[in-house]
Amino acid sequence: MGKVIVVTSGKGGVGKTTSTAALGAALAQRNERVVVVDFDVGLRNLDLVMGAERRVVYDLINVIQGEAKLSQALIRDKRLETLFLLPASQTRDKNNLTAEGVERVITELKRVFDWVICDSPAGIESGATHAMRHADVAVVVTNPEVSSVRDSDRIIGLLDAKTVKAERGERMEKHLLLTRYDASRAERGDMLKVDDVLEILSIPLLGIIPESMDVLRASNLGSPVTLADARSAPAMAYFDAARRLAGEALPITIPGEKRGIFDKIFGRKAA
Amino acid sequence: MSIFGLFRKQQSAPMARERLQVLLAHERASASTDLVAVLREEILAVIARHVEIDSDKVHIKIDRDENVSILEIDVEIPLAATAQAA
Repeated sequence: MGKVIVVTSGKGGVGKTTSTAALGAALAQRNERVVVVDFDVGLRNLDLVMGAERRVVYDLINVIQGEAKLSQALIRDKRLETLFLLPASQTRDKNNLTAEGVERVITELKRVFDWVICDSPAGIESGATHAMRHADVAVVVTNPEVSSVRDSDRIIGLLDAKTVKAERGERMEKHLLLTRYDASRAERGDMLKVDDVLEILSIPLLGIIPESMDVLRASNLGSPVTLADARSAPAMAYFDAARRLAGEALPITIPGEKRGIFDKIFGRKAA
Repeated sequence: MSIFGLFRKQQSAPMARERLQVLLAHERASASTDLVAVLREEILAVIARHVEIDSDKVHIKIDRDENVSILEIDVEIPLAATAQAA
């Protein structure tokens, strides 16, 4: 049985879709079978970030309404054999997402894939709650910025209340993915630091993605950043995050942080 | 272009611009009716009149290009059905 992950944030524009694509591709590059599912009905964009926008035939709503089979709606990535996309509908209303329909699709996907990664729409309405409902693990994407942190806190509350796991009284596994982080601005005191955000939200850290030109470049090209330039700083940070998702215990590094020679020798906590 | 330009990564913005132009042209054109979707449904309906379609044996691909869209419908028709029609 595959694992279901929801990538969520509450606030828009913090990097949910970018992170869904990058983590999905990173896991598929480890030869695991991955499907990324766009839940943003009416405003789909995961197809564009994945570079599959010209090849969409059917979508999630078609499958839920029984107008197409799941196998017909899945689009295989042109670069990675084990990576698939289930697009959202661009023309239909989000009210076409039904609880039973979503449950049926997720159950079917879990049977076939190792990872089912659900890209949540922004907001806290039905689209977002459908996307998180069946998740085993939540990745909360947050920018080091006050409104994003506040909205993430709200979403964490929803994850503990409106998911199947929470309703069964089980613990919902939640991880923080801090994106658009600029270590030099944080060091100058002009940006919330990693520890500030962790202290406020108090969920474990999955990774820190540095602010980088490479992210925009990758979306321009229609390629997850982990595929567009695997050796760029954000790609390496996403690869590490994917390994942690897969259960590896890797030490967290803060990308771009200036470290003195003593820190380099004795490690981050030294002196 | 200087010799150093050769080592620089190719610009990505022109590619973004072209991808968006193609995508939006298709989305605006199909705002009222999506011709490719209509064709897809009608073609499948015609085939279904003659043979029982096993939806697992139907593969549909679309490629939307700048000036043309390609709709590819791949239907497996069992030999038994061909014999019946004859």
